[in-house]
Amino acid sequence: MDKIYKALAEIVGEEFVSNRKEELYIYSRDSGLSEPRFPDYVVMPRTVEEVQKIIQLANKEKIHVVPAGASLSLSGLTIPQKGGIVIDMRRMDRILELNRKGRYVVLEAGVTQGKLQAFLEENAPDLCHSLPEAPPSATVVGNLVIHGQGNLTQAYGFNSSMISGLEVVLPNGEICRIGSCSLSPYWFSIEPLPYLAGLFLGWFGTTGVITKVGLRLYPKKKLRDVELFVLEDPKLVSEVIYRVTHTEMAEDITTVAQPYPLMFQGTIMIGIYLTGDTEEELEFKRRLIWSSLSDLIKAKEGGFMALTPDMKVGLLEKPMSSLTRSADILKGGGFVYCGAIIPIEKFPEALKKLFEIAERNGVTFAHTGRVIGRGHCMMFAFAYPFNRADLESMEKAKRALFDSYVATLEIGGVPWKPGAEEQKLILERMDKNSVELIKRIRELLDPNKIMNPGNWEVEL
Amino acid sequence: MQSQNFVLKFQKELCETCPTYDCLTRCQYLNIDTKTAEREIRKLLNGEDSFVLHECVTCYACEEYCKRGNHPFYLITDLQEKKGILPAPKPIVKQWVNLGIPDKKDIPHFYGAEEPVISLCLFPDFVNSIRGKLFQGVSIVLGRHFFCNLVYLHFGKPSLIRERLPKIIENIASHGFKEVVFFHDECYSTFTSYADAYEIKVPFRPVHLFEYLYNRLKELKDEIKPLNVRIAYQRNCSTRLTPQKEHYLDKIFELLGVERVERKYDRENALCCGGIIRGLQKLDLFVEVQKKNVEDMKNAKAEYCVFNCPACYSSLAERVRKEGIKPIMLHQLCKLALREEPR
Repeated sequence: MDKIYKALAEIVGEEFVSNRKEELYIYSRDSGLSEPRFPDYVVMPRTVEEVQKIIQLANKEKIHVVPAGASLSLSGLTIPQKGGIVIDMRRMDRILELNRKGRYVVLEAGVTQGKLQAFLEENAPDLCHSLPEAPPSATVVGNLVIHGQGNLTQAYGFNSSMISGLEVVLPNGEICRIGSCSLSPYWFSIEPLPYLAGLFLGWFGTTGVITKVGLRLYPKKKLRDVELFVLEDPKLVSEVIYRVTHTEMAEDITTVAQPYPLMFQGTIMIGIYLTGDTEEELEFKRRLIWSSLSDLIKAKEGGFMALTPDMKVGLLEKPMSSLTRSADILKGGGFVYCGAIIPIEKFPEALKKLFEIAERNGVTFAHTGRVIGRGHCMMFAFAYPFNRADLESMEKAKRALFDSYVATLEIGGVPWKPGAEEQKLILERMDKNSVELIKRIRELLDPNKIMNPGNWEVEL
Repeated sequence: MQSQNFVLKFQKELCETCPTYDCLTRCQYLNIDTKTAEREIRKLLNGEDSFVLHECVTCYACEEYCKRGNHPFYLITDLQEKKGILPAPKPIVKQWVNLGIPDKKDIPHFYGAEEPVISLCLFPDFVNSIRGKLFQGVSIVLGRHFFCNLVYLHFGKPSLIRERLPKIIENIASHGFKEVVFFHDECYSTFTSYADAYEIKVPFRPVHLFEYLYNRLKELKDEIKPLNVRIAYQRNCSTRLTPQKEHYLDKIFELLGVERVERKYDRENALCCGGIIRGLQKLDLFVEVQKKNVEDMKNAKAEYCVFNCPACYSSLAERVRKEGIKPIMLHQLCKLALREEPR
């Protein structure tokens, strides 16, 4: 038995460590199109102390470490680029505290979206968290560390800005708490202390392993409804978003543009989600939104689509399972996307690029998007389906995806959760001092360069 | 075949000599007195612009209000198109236009389909309800190759109906059917009223679902257990084109043992379900019309709201349910009386 395997088994117990090929296979890939790479070990810790010991071992043995949730980023962020130990956090799945009046929960890094959603439905039905359009098996922390978005993102910004406290195992093995929880038993706020949380969010596990998180919760209204505003002219999208966000009546605002079914071809649909505790509240909000768009309607430039009850059920599902079904237009079981974070006024340019890229690469597409904050920016997904049984289809989608990352940067956007290759594109274009700062922070926190190598790797 | 080959059969003199101008004065959405009606009708007859062309909610009711057999509504829609007046926003119209184009899932020919045959138009969700004693031995056809396209009357695109209809008729006829039962009232009205008004030949007999249900219920009379409930009936727009089959409804209700409540907005005075008013983005009117309609059902103490049209059901069912009235499609009400649906 090799000594690292033995040491890991001593930390977590033999049941929760593996170096068997068939188990490593699972961790060598994700559902996207990134090249598979095998780890040497996978380990499933139960406590922060076990994570600490794994990191200490990795430092001692100079072996790489890749923290992973459900590995659903689609951009290969938990694929071990240079082998090493994958730390699967999903055994750390306890919800440790619910502070109902303070509207936050404290949870471990392996808690899934489904578990938190079910927990809140049972224990705090008037509260909710910002739920991303991800499978229920996706982890809450996995979404936070990639600056994910959810149904409350329009109202409150990126999901990562809803964090109220962190516990992190640093690359040197120290356990560190960030926010009010570093001073008191309460996990209510990151602010007003120095904003250390920024050292761990968006870094894809290169600066430490998040083990606990305080997460803000928000009022969950009893009723929820949706309207779809339809446009032909992409140039009007930002205007519609501006007006609707100005009313402050929408919970979530999304965009959809896709060639299939044929009915949708040549139009853009803006999903406007409304919530209320009573029918009257919903009606009040709906009327304000209608009114905000009345002149566009009068000019015949846009209008609200008639939604059948079945369509509404699909659109109101949380998370929306129909989204993955409609993204998988080819019915080949796969789709990838480049989530471009762009200013809303760049929507027409992004859509034009999407059409061009799809045509150039001979692929079809399905765009979805989500407004972030009060229109401060939006996530614009360049999404391409592929057939897993067809290598050519996969290659085409891969090329289209790469082109989309380039296009995102060309229009002044920032790619969301870029894979290792695409991170290089970003670093090449980034302000040199910013790149240098990234490098210095990583050197400072991770002198042995053990943390998720290949990601945010600066070669100056 | 080009749409311009088909010209509306319209007798101008019937309108010119009309003593009532019911088509406009009875309109429930435009407040028009006799004097205004006379003036606006003259404009329409002369092909001139009129506020009617811009404000019409396309409820089709004027076709029924006209007791002289003219086609005021078809005239309005033809003029809207001629003058480029879009009743709905452009992208909404585009989506509806695209909706009628067949895609890969649509089957043009149902081999082995035998009479009696029922066309489900574009409502595949109802396939599973076309079962049981009521529909024993019935073949189903559906999809865009059977879609009547009449909906474009709402969107200022009637020429699209005339452009697509001959092909649809040819497709249905190619099956050799002598009679086709139309589940969707709009299809029945297309192949009867609209086709006749534009002299489009239909080589099979369109049968309305009411007629089919009535005849079948008579055959199953001994198995009916009277429902003894009070129902409100929601008429749909295209029933205005073919009021001649409405008598079947009362006969059906009698067989089922249900009481059609007396209410203000029933029969010729029926209100639109609101769906198309919303589609045309007359949003305040949509809320008002639905409210008035449902209040009326409530005041009449209706227990069920019976629908003939799936689109009306889509538009109004949730609203009536919230008021404690059970929404149900007519054929499902029949199955209820035959104890084939859980009550």
